Amino acid sequence: MRDLAINTDLVVTILTGFIKTEITRAGFTRAVVNLSGGLDSTVACMLAAEALGPDNILALRLPYRTSSADSLEHAQMVIDQTRIRSLTIAITEMVDPLIAREPEMSSIRKGNLMARGRMIVAYDQSEAFGGLVVGTSNKTEILLGYSTLYGDSACALNPIGDLYKTQVRQLARAIGVPEAIIAKPPSADLWAGQSDEGELGFTYDEVDKLLFLLVDQRYSPLECVEAGFAADFVDRVVARVRRNHFKRVLPPIAKLSNRTVGYDFLYLRDWGT
Amino acid sequence: MPIHLALAQIHTRLGDVQANLEKHLDLVKQARKAGADLLLFPELSLTGYVLQDLVPAVACRPRPGDPLFAPLLEASRDLDLVVGFVEEDVRNRFYIASAYLSQGKVIHVHRKVYLPTYGLFDEGRFFAPGEAVRAFDTRFGRAGMLICEDFWHASPPYLLWMDGADLLLFSSASPGRGISAEPKLASSAWVEHTNRAYAGLFTTFVAHANRTGFEDGLNYWGGSTIFDPNGDLLVQAPYFEESLTVTPLDLNQLHRTRARLPLLRDERPELVQRELERILAHA
Repeated sequence: MRDLAINTDLVVTILTGFIKTEITRAGFTRAVVNLSGGLDSTVACMLAAEALGPDNILALRLPYRTSSADSLEHAQMVIDQTRIRSLTIAITEMVDPLIAREPEMSSIRKGNLMARGRMIVAYDQSEAFGGLVVGTSNKTEILLGYSTLYGDSACALNPIGDLYKTQVRQLARAIGVPEAIIAKPPSADLWAGQSDEGELGFTYDEVDKLLFLLVDQRYSPLECVEAGFAADFVDRVVARVRRNHFKRVLPPIAKLSNRTVGYDFLYLRDWGT
Repeated sequence: MPIHLALAQIHTRLGDVQANLEKHLDLVKQARKAGADLLLFPELSLTGYVLQDLVPAVACRPRPGDPLFAPLLEASRDLDLVVGFVEEDVRNRFYIASAYLSQGKVIHVHRKVYLPTYGLFDEGRFFAPGEAVRAFDTRFGRAGMLICEDFWHASPPYLLWMDGADLLLFSSASPGRGISAEPKLASSAWVEHTNRAYAGLFTTFVAHANRTGFEDGLNYWGGSTIFDPNGDLLVQAPYFEESLTVTPLDLNQLHRTRARLPLLRDERPELVQRELERILAHA
């Protein structure tokens, strides 16, 4: 049966092995996770805690003044349940001076500032704690480009980037993520009342099924329409995946020499380890 | 007397040949202590798999004076070894290769014939393809070696069968992929499926040593197996964990299975040849 169902035991084995191995061979034993209180960061955090031990995980709660109280509270539930270390650092004072310069600033720009502010704190704590930043982007948002470049997408390694949102939800149930976190509507919580599905204009259930056909099963857009998806929905998603590809690749380097990083200087990050 | 076949299911260090050599020598000791007669390592066991531009830096030649092979040849005085490495030929072409070492000698080298260059694989960019599929004699009977993609194609195992191999020695560095509701990855299920099929179709022993560990985001799933000439599973190493398994093989099973099921006797390679010549003439 080819669908989005996953064997969660198998996924946990692979992902905890990945986190432990890749952090250890980089010379570290610890990890830092921006814990928003949402589903993805909770799952990433719990996998990291399982892989490295709770004492080796630093969860960061990084609220902005408009962040919902639920987010903080849900993050605290995860911290209490897993007994990982935590720090709470408000980003309001870091972000607000830039926002105050331009009263007409769009909510997109504000959201980007918040996401990048959180990245700055995560990487600073990475150095202080001696742990690598574990990413929390899922496959759906990576494909749709629903993220802030050098913001929430910034990380040293990403255990959940090959799982669609609905698969992350399956995994969350299996590893004991609190029901309140699983049940709430997904949100970047960059402004009051924001929801992923409201902003995207479709649900994760719908788009994951479509992306699974387009990407994993190599269906053409036309075949997706024949499989029952609305043509304008397919077009919108295909365009979005293509338009946001720049977020998934390193910036191109202009080639001049015979050997150029990114083209013909090819080594894995695990080189020599 | 059964022979004791050991499968070394290991992580490797990417591009660190010395560290991998030491690990091999350590496993040789363990296997010898456990009574093994033959120890099979995975594909590229001395170098790691996703080598890319490291290929020329880790390449060697399997001969007595080589600093990598000298200690392995010495170790092969105690038990036979199959090791995976990058071979550089006299014209400086690089191959993914497996060497069968015994009694201080290189008995046979197989160069990977099929280099996957699709999906996550890019072997054709870095390696030359081997040009031969040959069985060879060992002190346990006639054997043949294949490397990973070689046995995703049906013809190399068939050729080894026709060339007299009763012991197929397969090695892989197989990246795990294909998640579903099933308890196995699609890649694991497929390899087990085909290896069982070869054992049953050719009424031979099929041993498969696969590696474990990670390279960047790639996982290697282990799960090394031995199937007997009935296609029955004799042993399976754990998934995702390093292990050394030592399994007795009763070579007389060949006699019993082929008495029941004379597929080898009835096989008609000259018919295959005739039809292939016709097909290729019209291609």
